[in-house]
Amino acid sequence: MSAALTLRDVSVQFDTHMALHGVNLQLHAGERVALVGANGSGKSTLLRVAHGLLPVSRGHVSVAAEVRQAMVFQRPHMLRTSVLRFVVWGLWLQGTPWREAHAKAMHALERVGLQDMAERSARTLSGGQQQRLALARAWALQPNFVLLDEPTSSLDPHAKREVERLLTDWVASTQVSLLFSSHNLGQVKRLATRVIYLEAGRVLADLPVDVFFNQPLGESHPEAHLFLKGELG
Amino acid sequence: MTTFTDTATTALQLLTELDPQLWSIVARSLWVSVLATGLACSLGLVLGAWLGVVRFAGRDVLLTVLNTLLALPSVVVGLLVYLLLSRTGPLGYLGWLFSLKAMVLAQAVLVLPVVTALTRQCVEDAERSHGEQLHSLGARPWLRSVLLAWDERYALLTVLIAAFGRAISEVGAVMVVGGNIEGFTRVMTTAIALETSKGDLPLALALGLVLMSVVLLLNACISSLRRWRQRMDGAGADPVQGVLA
Repeated sequence: MSAALTLRDVSVQFDTHMALHGVNLQLHAGERVALVGANGSGKSTLLRVAHGLLPVSRGHVSVAAEVRQAMVFQRPHMLRTSVLRFVVWGLWLQGTPWREAHAKAMHALERVGLQDMAERSARTLSGGQQQRLALARAWALQPNFVLLDEPTSSLDPHAKREVERLLTDWVASTQVSLLFSSHNLGQVKRLATRVIYLEAGRVLADLPVDVFFNQPLGESHPEAHLFLKGELG
Repeated sequence: MTTFTDTATTALQLLTELDPQLWSIVARSLWVSVLATGLACSLGLVLGAWLGVVRFAGRDVLLTVLNTLLALPSVVVGLLVYLLLSRTGPLGYLGWLFSLKAMVLAQAVLVLPVVTALTRQCVEDAERSHGEQLHSLGARPWLRSVLLAWDERYALLTVLIAAFGRAISEVGAVMVVGGNIEGFTRVMTTAIALETSKGDLPLALALGLVLMSVVLLLNACISSLRRWRQRMDGAGADPVQGVLA
């Protein structure tokens, strides 16, 4: 099976800091891959490289032609517009005619339970609602590959659960592929089929989720061991 | 003290009795500054938004020049525009020297760096904060600059008001290129300078009061705008709020 996304010997350097160091990865359709690791380990950089937001300093990134990506950020920026138009803008930027985008956007809002707030200013939403709105926009784009940068890290437990439920429903209904970063190991267990552990910009482990949690990295990587014990990150 | 009281009383009379000479000067000032601000904003907003997003070789040099132009003395702008519009200058054929058009041009040149620099800063902050989210949706730099400028429209409205304030309170450039001709190119600031030197203090003071009122009104507009933005945005934080307002 050909890979949906391939990173070959990818390095990213910011001034003197190596954010990613010779990363090799292949992600296939239908996989749900969690990126874990301490802050500054390169998770967000890897997501941005995979989405084409950051150029690589070395190596090569290739995305299969049939892949349609969408990205959800940790703190989605709310444009100074209504909830409905927030989604409409996203569709319009991707080439959907404005009028057609309205119908699609409304449908997406219904999916995340924000249809009654369609005319409200997006900036007046709570953090959890804003993340649901960001999910609605991503969902409206009908991607088959979604990248999420710590999508629930800034949310309260209730909002976290709600966003996670929406993601689970999304995966169940469309078989969308996920590549997400998270510090929440419970969430990783619930959502991921595969876990990639990063440390200082290098991939230290790339394992199926059950193997990752049941056979920790051992004493050769003490930081990873601490991370799994929940003492890092 | 008596002189000051007399001057103030006469100035207030001129204002309340709608002295035609005074109000024609006020109208002319407003007209010139509105046109100059409009001209500078139409170019400066576009240029500033573009500079806020794009990256190219020499950008830093351009920004340094732009920031230097912020401190350009208005008489120097007046001199440059004078040289451009003088009979032997490259734009001499227009015959604009000592006309309102020349004054509009001079004020626009003076205000353009202000609009461009403040817009650039505002849009660049927005680009740094959330430009990648628009990029992620497929917005290329040009479109991103337009969208970010639109998203920061209330901050940019403040830039516009600040630019108008700079234009209307300017004296050196319009004096040089307009010539301060009575009933033709005399505006509030040049009239204040002239009437003071002539000793006609009541008219100078009356014009000064109007000018102060205009500046006060602009500040009130900025404050109202800030409060309105806070209300519109709810409790949500606005990264540029307070920077320009």
